[in-house]
Amino acid sequence: MTAAPLVSVRGLTIGATTDAGRKVKIIKGVDFDIAPGEIVALIGESGSGKTTIALSLMGHTRTGCEITGGTIRLGDDDITAMDERARSGLRGTAVSYVPQSAAAAFNPSQRIMQQVIEISAIHKLMPRPEAEKKAVELFRALALPDPETIGHRYPHQVSGGQLQRLSAAMALIGDPQLVIFDEPTTALDVTTQIEVLRAFKSVMEKGGMAGVYVSHDLAVVAQIADRIIVLKGGEIQEVGTTQQILDAPAHPYTQELLAAFEPVPHELAQIEHRPHERPILEIQHLYAGYGPVRNGEPQLKILKDVNFKLQRGRNLGVIGESGSGKSTLARAIAGIVPAYRGNILFDGREQHLSLADRSKDDLRRAQMVFQLADTALNPAQSIEKILGRPLYFYHGMNSRQREARVIELLDMVRLPAALRHRLPGELSGGQKQRINLARALAAEPELILCDEITSALDTVVAAAILDLLKELQRELNLSYLFISHDLSTVESICDDVLVMYKGEVVEALPAAQMSRDASHGYSRLLISSVPQLDTGWLAGLEQDPELVAAFSDR
Amino acid sequence: MSEKSLSLRLPTPRNLGYSFNWVGRIGLMIILFWGAVAIFGPWLTPYPVGEIVDWDYFGPMSDKFWMGTDYLGRDILSRIIMGARYTVGISLASVTLACTGGVILGMVAAVAGGWFDTGLSRLLDAFNGIPSLLFGLVVVAAVGSSIPVLVLTLAAIYLPGSYRFARALAVNVNTMDFVTVARARGERTPYLILQEIFPNILGPVLADLGLRFVFIVLVLSGLSFLGLGVQPPNADWGALVRENIEGLSLGAPAVVFPSIAIASLTISVNMFIDNLPTKIRDRSE
Repeated sequence: MTAAPLVSVRGLTIGATTDAGRKVKIIKGVDFDIAPGEIVALIGESGSGKTTIALSLMGHTRTGCEITGGTIRLGDDDITAMDERARSGLRGTAVSYVPQSAAAAFNPSQRIMQQVIEISAIHKLMPRPEAEKKAVELFRALALPDPETIGHRYPHQVSGGQLQRLSAAMALIGDPQLVIFDEPTTALDVTTQIEVLRAFKSVMEKGGMAGVYVSHDLAVVAQIADRIIVLKGGEIQEVGTTQQILDAPAHPYTQELLAAFEPVPHELAQIEHRPHERPILEIQHLYAGYGPVRNGEPQLKILKDVNFKLQRGRNLGVIGESGSGKSTLARAIAGIVPAYRGNILFDGREQHLSLADRSKDDLRRAQMVFQLADTALNPAQSIEKILGRPLYFYHGMNSRQREARVIELLDMVRLPAALRHRLPGELSGGQKQRINLARALAAEPELILCDEITSALDTVVAAAILDLLKELQRELNLSYLFISHDLSTVESICDDVLVMYKGEVVEALPAAQMSRDASHGYSRLLISSVPQLDTGWLAGLEQDPELVAAFSDR
Repeated sequence: MSEKSLSLRLPTPRNLGYSFNWVGRIGLMIILFWGAVAIFGPWLTPYPVGEIVDWDYFGPMSDKFWMGTDYLGRDILSRIIMGARYTVGISLASVTLACTGGVILGMVAAVAGGWFDTGLSRLLDAFNGIPSLLFGLVVVAAVGSSIPVLVLTLAAIYLPGSYRFARALAVNVNTMDFVTVARARGERTPYLILQEIFPNILGPVLADLGLRFVFIVLVLSGLSFLGLGVQPPNADWGALVRENIEGLSLGAPAVVFPSIAIASLTISVNMFIDNLPTKIRDRSE
């Protein structure tokens, strides 16, 4: 690296105090440098301390944490030795931050321009007209549509990808030397992610700014970072240039991270496929939507004429971007959002469209697992209670039977039995998702509707959950309806795939032939948008501009 | 096994796995103190509550009358001790009724939604529009003043507010995925409100209960002032303040001590509710 690093971190330790008065170390002695103009990625699973380190570069720690040792130098300033007043002088002008959720970072009641130029007003950098002119230049550099007028809109009037680029403009307006990106594309669709990544990359290259890019997605990081720091448990596992980490990972954890990326081809269901057998789930001409019902039709129509069959023991994947209606499909099948027209046949028997009219036994056979395990588990109930309820509700077990079965279920999802006394808030993301799955298994279902269950998880954890799903399928003869926006996930677990776009199924084909045989334009766009583990992928990616224009509202 | 080893140690909050800070402990101690005074009042009073025992009015603190005497020359200490029964008892009973009713209705309305929610909300809103003292006046004038009537009237005045508050909280929890999971499982309303929603709104509901308790103490004294509350010669603390208000210009302890009693009770209730014991979840010690 160059002689004088922009950022130099030495022996950084960050600690917190628990409610029992015990001190824990979150970051255990981290050293690294960032050269001017260099983009360094911090990669690791959740809880590895990557965001904590990134925030500490601004001298900020989350409530309850504090920097307990080491030094952080930014240019000539020693951030660790400064008082809070001096640090806030640096924020926005020397170092700035792009948050994970732009939607949560913007004030919904102020116009975008007002918020973007706020930094220049706080630090009195330049008069307002000049700041607005600069903001418009940044909007142009970030490839935003209507750069002249987009600033007059309110945050809800632009799309998620645009908002994320606007939050980058907000961070760049003070000409910082260092920009911290905290998982800025994790919440975006793959097709949107490309645009945002491109914009970030070009604007950082032009400005010659240094960046810290926090992510758990190696493929994304490979497109934008010069160097990668791999973290686990608050310690640095490996540091290297991006190419070196991808080609020759030295540390076992890095190798594991890379291995989780290789799509494991799904073996077709072993069970003999008999065409005369009744499908476990058959959907005929399903229409569903939300809002007040008029003339038997809801105001906001989402699903339009969806048809498919799912054979017993096989898995069906549903892909599409957010807003394509894939979650609504799962909810309509489960009866949570009653369909207003169409038929749902379960094992050949027609089901009531609303769950209120279905029998307990029919409800038991099809269980749904939700995307966000954080909100799908009641934070006030212990794991034992959460898993015990379906056992009592569907099977009428007494408390001793329940306890034995809960331990069995925890074992099924590879969790220790002692976990049953904890609250959901005390588990990691992967553990919570396993509990979420165990609750569905407690009902002894035949079909599990999985709504984006791996999307909020880290790659390694998600791969483990997928392995678990496959194993459970072999043992319990389950069928999955697997909803995801991640193609490699769907490829690794499903036999057949439905591609959804704006509430309609645009294509249905076997998963193994998806990348080769997809013929519909939208399917092809979706497939080509999945980031590859290759540093040159984004630069070399050529998408048909007409296709992009036709299928995205950017 | 762990239970056995626990019984050998002192049952302090920490040994039972709870952390309970000093502010909360002080609050609880004051509440327990007033509770004890309310229960054992008749055995504690130095003088009968309605008897004029001093020739002077608004007498100062003395060996004979620890908290001075009131506008008729009655002993204030005795009157505060007996007043604790009315203030603590009536307020506690009505706040319990108001919050239990309001929270249950609020949760049911949030879960049921539709016309039930709309109908109940409008009805209670309309009820909320009636001025509380006026309502009390009408009820007491119609059926006469007695302690059950006071308790029910105060509960009725504060139920709509509690309902609104609980409903607003429950509506938020009701949209969470775990409630959807329970619905998809086929659970009925009683399970949904008691097991899924109630534990998640408990904190704010308790804080609301503390505030409402304070308001009820104040409205009760307002009613007493109008002669509709506790009937003389008995008096609750609010009534003691009102009847001795002229002593304020004389610096009489007769008006200061009932005020201190009200303040200590209401503040300690809030101190306790804001600092309830919390279970220590960090078990890796």
